[in-house]
Amino acid sequence: MAKKTISMRSASQENSAAVIEETEEAMEEKQAVEQTEDAVISEAATEQPSAPEKKSSVGGTFGNAMKRGVILENPVLRLVLGTCPTLATTTAASNAIGMGIAATLVLICSNTVISLLRNIIPDKVRIPAYITIIASFVSIVQMLVKAFAPALDESLGIYLPLIVVNCIILGRAEMYASKHAPALSALDGLAMGVGFTTALLCMGTIREMLGAGSLFGAKLPILSGQPILFFSLAPGGFFVFGMLIAAANKLSKKNNLPVRNGCGDCPAAATCSLSGKGGCK
Amino acid sequence: MNMLRMVVTIILAGILTNNYVLSKFLGICPFLGVSKKLDTAMGMSAAVIFVMVLSTAVTYPIQRFVLEALGLEYLQTIVFILIIAALVQLVEIVLKKYIPALHASLGVYLPLITTNCAVLGCAILVTEDYSSAVYGFGEGYLYALSCAFGSGLGFLVAMAIFAGVRKRMEFCDIPETLKGLPITLVAASLVAMSFLGFAGVVHM
Repeated sequence: MAKKTISMRSASQENSAAVIEETEEAMEEKQAVEQTEDAVISEAATEQPSAPEKKSSVGGTFGNAMKRGVILENPVLRLVLGTCPTLATTTAASNAIGMGIAATLVLICSNTVISLLRNIIPDKVRIPAYITIIASFVSIVQMLVKAFAPALDESLGIYLPLIVVNCIILGRAEMYASKHAPALSALDGLAMGVGFTTALLCMGTIREMLGAGSLFGAKLPILSGQPILFFSLAPGGFFVFGMLIAAANKLSKKNNLPVRNGCGDCPAAATCSLSGKGGCK
Repeated sequence: MNMLRMVVTIILAGILTNNYVLSKFLGICPFLGVSKKLDTAMGMSAAVIFVMVLSTAVTYPIQRFVLEALGLEYLQTIVFILIIAALVQLVEIVLKKYIPALHASLGVYLPLITTNCAVLGCAILVTEDYSSAVYGFGEGYLYALSCAFGSGLGFLVAMAIFAGVRKRMEFCDIPETLKGLPITLVAASLVAMSFLGFAGVVHM
């Protein structure tokens, strides 16, 4: 995987790519160490119960996963996955939250099931198998939303079934759930889902405040006087998204995090079967 | 005559007013990913038009004669995505065997299309917009196919324009922070704004 990604990048990007791979490897190693630590601690716990120590290590894993999902590898702003729902459902903050929660539910369930089946699914048919699993959970979420939040169903419309082809979910299945234990995968799903929801909420808030002059449907004092329609229309979505990614890149640089815009800026890189083969260039 | 006018209207709407990429945000990933050069953009768009029309041609009758007939509408998402995934695989195999020249030019884009939301989005949208319950099967099928074709053409037009814009941007002096994806998105915003000018040109 590391080699593939590097070969895809142009020469000028190769250096930063190498840095990314290194940090990724370091991260994975760290995780592996943590896992073994967990195992050791839990063994110790069964021998002579020392509950507080175990708790703190579990809390540490949780905290790390959350930090990774929301900040270091934020699926929308850092990995640039799932651009379609990000742009389409953020005209209002409440829609953004609804979309985020629906995607999070699917993400947790599909990650868990795929991780449970990771040794059973043959490598050759894994993508169709993942898609089937994801599609089942999307159907379930669709029915739940229709039954309990019909207003949300109305406003999300076509984008609710389109969670199936959301790159974040397939991307996490491929990148994480197919290689890790169920509990860790579920945690990763939760963390990524929270990261997705946070980014959507951020965008939804900005677009609703500027475009409609309200927040969660409540009119704001000054902004509602003359709302800037541009921000609730399609062009505004592209513009706000671009500015948010620019801000995320700026902050990443400030904190010496590698700037990563997918496979040579391609948002489809994570799920793309060509990733690394260079066919699309 | 009336039907012909409707078909032309649907195709024009797909290109100008209801452009999938620029007004409905469907298929953004390939729009941003493979629009760096005009020829790759054209190859991708051609593959999208092909798969979109083909998948609509298969999913529309299935919605009418299997899902609706048996009361299984809730299985729409899972059935449609599986059909699209299988179709893409099938097309790839058939092209490889019988039309290697076409496979050489379209082949690399085909695997990318399975996860292209424009294809699934189109298949689902036409069953709602041109449902056979309202138009009858024959007429609805015709409208659904023209909608798929028109939306595909819209994708092609958006890709072609955007590839041109990006080519011009390559030699521009762009602020460090905006380099890469951010400036691409701002450019997309401007292209989308120009398409807003078409609003109201085509009345459905």
